[in-house]
Amino acid sequence: MIALRVVAFVLGALLLQSALVRVVGGGVIDFGLVAVVSVALLHGRVAGLLAGTLAGLVQDALGGGVIGMSGLGKSVSGYLTGVVGTQFIVTQTASRFLVFFGATVMNGALFVGLSVLLGLPYGRPSLDVALRGVGNAVVGVLLFHLIEFLPGAREWWRAVLERRRKRRFH
Amino acid sequence: MVRLDASSRSRYLFVAVVVGHVLLISAQVVSPSGPSLLRLAFVGVVTETQRATWALGGGVRSVWDGYVALRGMRAENERLARENTDLRVRLQEERANTNATEQLRGLLDLRPRVPWTTTGAEVVAGSTSPDFRSVTIDKGFSEGVKGDMPVISPAGVVGRVAQPGGHTATVQLIIDRSAAAAGRVERSRAEGIALGNGDGTLRFEYLSATADVQRGDVVVTAGIDGVYPAGLVLGHVERVEKNGPSYRLVTIRPVVDFSALETVLVLLAPTPVWTPATTARDDQVTR
Repeated sequence: MIALRVVAFVLGALLLQSALVRVVGGGVIDFGLVAVVSVALLHGRVAGLLAGTLAGLVQDALGGGVIGMSGLGKSVSGYLTGVVGTQFIVTQTASRFLVFFGATVMNGALFVGLSVLLGLPYGRPSLDVALRGVGNAVVGVLLFHLIEFLPGAREWWRAVLERRRKRRFH
Repeated sequence: MVRLDASSRSRYLFVAVVVGHVLLISAQVVSPSGPSLLRLAFVGVVTETQRATWALGGGVRSVWDGYVALRGMRAENERLARENTDLRVRLQEERANTNATEQLRGLLDLRPRVPWTTTGAEVVAGSTSPDFRSVTIDKGFSEGVKGDMPVISPAGVVGRVAQPGGHTATVQLIIDRSAAAAGRVERSRAEGIALGNGDGTLRFEYLSATADVQRGDVVVTAGIDGVYPAGLVLGHVERVEKNGPSYRLVTIRPVVDFSALETVLVLLAPTPVWTPATTARDDQVTR
């Protein structure tokens, strides 16, 4: 059930990206990555890893480029975000902002690195990645605020944190 | 049998996924081949979902635009837009025709060019990733669309069909980082390769040191890359930087507004603008 919810969430984010990119322009926000980081924070590193693989491969397949380029960056970002989520308490706005920003930088670094290795140009990687990091972080923080407003979300979130604490100490 | 704890399992899974991705990327780089059935099925399912999402939104929008907001004017506007599109495409054909005529003037035994066979398509979705520049159109295999077919708009080159599905196709835009087309400066006939920068512009590379390129020059397709026929407009030269006699950086600003693409044309049967049937030179060689 959780797996289905995660798949629907990730694919929904990608559809939102493809719909919004034509209305407001793309580039600043990567909804796929926001979904992957959110899944990793909510469900742990394995869920983050698999969500990253799914989101990245869909983006690669539809982008017309080399399949695996986005997949690798998003899988690593999803896994490491999940690790960070279990090692640290990520409940404050600032810490969530940092996690989303850091995951975007990690994803961007891998994508740009692979692009350079494959001889594909990347105009202004630092500026692009930084802008996208801020955009993703703002959307991610807002998304978590929205999730916390949902009925029963606070109790569910407390249970998630409790499970994490137990996992950390065992 | 060795039992692994959850932490070790997730670590092994992570390593397996990373290695899997690296192998996947390596396989494509070392031996590029046509799309697999798995990829086609995958693309088909996702793009059909995109199309359905777009159709749902389009239905609501068309009721509002067509009947509530601007009932009479919208129909008239659509008719005029179609007419305008036809005329602009014809203009491009004429431009290509003129270029070829100038280039091949004096040669004999020329066969008149076959007109382009095109099919109109609507753009139903944008890219699912900000790292790639692509769009999804509502025409696929069923309408005769195949991989690597050129896609144009009335203004100029849009890109090529990257992944055709049943009734949809993904089009890689010419401004994508991994897109390229052979180009030619219309004024001086200088040839090079136009490569996507990923930021909405193209860079013109592999120019000879003696090539004559100036700011404002129109760059058209050269027709030698096996994808785009000659004479389609790629864009205008926006910046020229020279380092001694050779060109350091030539930037092209595309003429197509990729953020406002709604309808495009797929060239189903791209043919060279002029094809010599049997030239005198060939005859001499045979004899």
